[in-house]
Amino acid sequence: MLKSVTIAIRLSLVLMLICGVIYPLVTTGVAQAVFHDKANGSLVESGGKVIGSELLGQKFDSPQWFHSRPSAGDYDATASTGSNRAVASSEYAKEMKEKIASLYKENPGLQSVPADLVTASGSGLDPDLSPEGAKAQIPRVSKETGISEQQLNRLIDDHTTGRQLGVFGEPRVNVLGLNQALLSEMK
Amino acid sequence: MGMGLLQVGIIVIIFLLLVKPMGIYLVKVFGNEESRLGKVFGPVERVIYRIMGVREQETMGWKKYAGAVLLVNFVMLILMYIVFRIQKYLPLNPDGLDNVPPGLAFNTAVSFITNTNWQAYSGENTLSYLSQMIAITFPMFTSAATGFAIAVAFIRGLIGRQDNLGNFYVDLTRTITRVLLPLSFVVAIVLVAQGVPQTLLGAVHATTLDGAGQTITRGLVASFESIKHLGTNGGGWFGTNAAHPFENPTPLSNVVHMVCMMLLPTALVYAFGLWVKDKRQGWALFTAMGLIFLVMLATVLYSEYRGVPAVQALGVQGNMEGKEVRLGASESALFTTVTTAATTGSVNNMHESLTPLGGFVPLAQMMLNNVFGGKGVGLLNGLLYLILSVFICGLMVGRTPEFLGKKIEGREVKLAAVAILIHPLIILAPTALALALPGSTASIANPGMHGLSEVLYAFASGAANNGSAFAGLGANTVFYNVAIGLVMLAGRYISIIMMLAIAGSLAVKRVVPVTSGTLRTNTPLFTGILIMIIVVIGALTFFPALVLGPIAEHMAAL
Repeated sequence: MLKSVTIAIRLSLVLMLICGVIYPLVTTGVAQAVFHDKANGSLVESGGKVIGSELLGQKFDSPQWFHSRPSAGDYDATASTGSNRAVASSEYAKEMKEKIASLYKENPGLQSVPADLVTASGSGLDPDLSPEGAKAQIPRVSKETGISEQQLNRLIDDHTTGRQLGVFGEPRVNVLGLNQALLSEMK
Repeated sequence: MGMGLLQVGIIVIIFLLLVKPMGIYLVKVFGNEESRLGKVFGPVERVIYRIMGVREQETMGWKKYAGAVLLVNFVMLILMYIVFRIQKYLPLNPDGLDNVPPGLAFNTAVSFITNTNWQAYSGENTLSYLSQMIAITFPMFTSAATGFAIAVAFIRGLIGRQDNLGNFYVDLTRTITRVLLPLSFVVAIVLVAQGVPQTLLGAVHATTLDGAGQTITRGLVASFESIKHLGTNGGGWFGTNAAHPFENPTPLSNVVHMVCMMLLPTALVYAFGLWVKDKRQGWALFTAMGLIFLVMLATVLYSEYRGVPAVQALGVQGNMEGKEVRLGASESALFTTVTTAATTGSVNNMHESLTPLGGFVPLAQMMLNNVFGGKGVGLLNGLLYLILSVFICGLMVGRTPEFLGKKIEGREVKLAAVAILIHPLIILAPTALALALPGSTASIANPGMHGLSEVLYAFASGAANNGSAFAGLGANTVFYNVAIGLVMLAGRYISIIMMLAIAGSLAVKRVVPVTSGTLRTNTPLFTGILIMIIVVIGALTFFPALVLGPIAEHMAAL
């Protein structure tokens, strides 16, 4: 019995060292050497200052920006969260109605409701919009920035990423990238 | 919808293509014959055994094997608990996080040693990097390898002639050195290439375009993600798991995650056929599991694309609540099906916000607990139902039932019955208790039928050692931490002990020759019977609870 206990302890410590220390550190070494920027969080810098991560959504409040999706965690990257709403409940339907109404108010001339603009993402940090979700905001952004709708349309098309390898996922627009481009158009 | 179906189809085909080569490799890993693998890994493993004090040639009967499993798991559990409790004083804590409180530390240690990965905490604001490494990443390897070892031991009992199930220490080590470590490393690098962080640096503060601040937490995420899915563990580095863009940055990383989850559980079923020298037996079981999987997948795909009628009437197509744009409805639906079939429990969309029928699928799969299932234990649960089916068929034709030439008698059926019945007991009883106590109902986020589903889902997830959640439930309370902790322990170890006991009992039985009167268990007819028995037993046990939860909710929303 005592022998089994000793083996159990020695085995646990050895495996803890291999799987919990050596493996993650070796992986870190290789990852840092080969994919340095990605391994550190795909940070985006502007003028020497970090303005965010390409992969994490951020909050855009002012009307001149393209807005990100609703976020249950208000784009706080230290506490990611979904809304965890029960979608079949009557409160949810009521809330959706209000969201849709304010979406129409904010973006006059809207033809249909892009689902991603009225639903909270899973992580609360979704960096993307569907192309429809971005284009729905064109009239507002155009009015605020003075950039023509046609030009904004082209900007969105340029920043649309297609399905990966032609099949996987959904077409999407990175909101931070789009707004950065918008910023340089404004200058 | 067309593109959605196409990508789901392609991914399912990738699952299928990998079954055979991986299955063949697994048989080689655990075979005793001197192979090329032995030459490659042998020298390193011998050094490891020497440090551990393990004698490679030693063999164990079922009691000794079970004893070793429990003892090793217990020691690891204690080590993990200690690490959580003192993380503040240990190195690699760049974000300066405090020690984990006792209830939560107990729940988390149990959760990861049992391969459940239920998370009552959010990693990014609770665990230091060191804790994530030596108390989370580490048991992700060992809990998966433990499940694997037990499955291998069980098969040795089935085909053996004496009570010799192999050597647990060797099975555990080999699974890690020959399967999990090499695969995890390669997959981790692929994930970094897609954008998953892998760094020792702490959080970075950013000033956003709009002038606000954003603190970006990161860490050794890629090395964590790869073993999380290969080992069907499922816990997230971040609170929102694989929905978080750092865990799952692209559609391709999503595909890699799903392939990793399905790889070993499916291959093990095929390896089982090879082992018992009856490939058709392996495929018979595979087909039964595969058909249930497809029905479940179709259900969740259909209902997520459709959304709920009341919202659809407002002009919103499909259900995007709790889903990410880059993944969309189809890859979210597939992920949901895969993660609860392979009992991984990671999520790339919020299960709480699935449509009622969509949420029914993960719940039902965890209740059945044998649609491929977690590392090793999924195959074992499948075999449990198979033994039961053989027994019932034997009763119908009036012969002593046999499986692979071994007579299935009173002792085996009793043990199997205990293992099967413990599962509903530890789901339904604590659910009832939680609903009866006023304190625990306060944790429910959504009222009514959905609230019942939240609690039911939590205990089903614990019992099936899955770990996914209807995340609205405020589960970080003393009641839920302790109750779910105990359910996870019972769900894991009672069935493991029963299975090893069955293996020990079968191992010493004489092999009876196959005659024309033998019930053949590798035919399509038997596959059909097996599916029926799984569905009937599952439905009889859980139907009342499901009717009160997701089914009622679905009906009410029509």
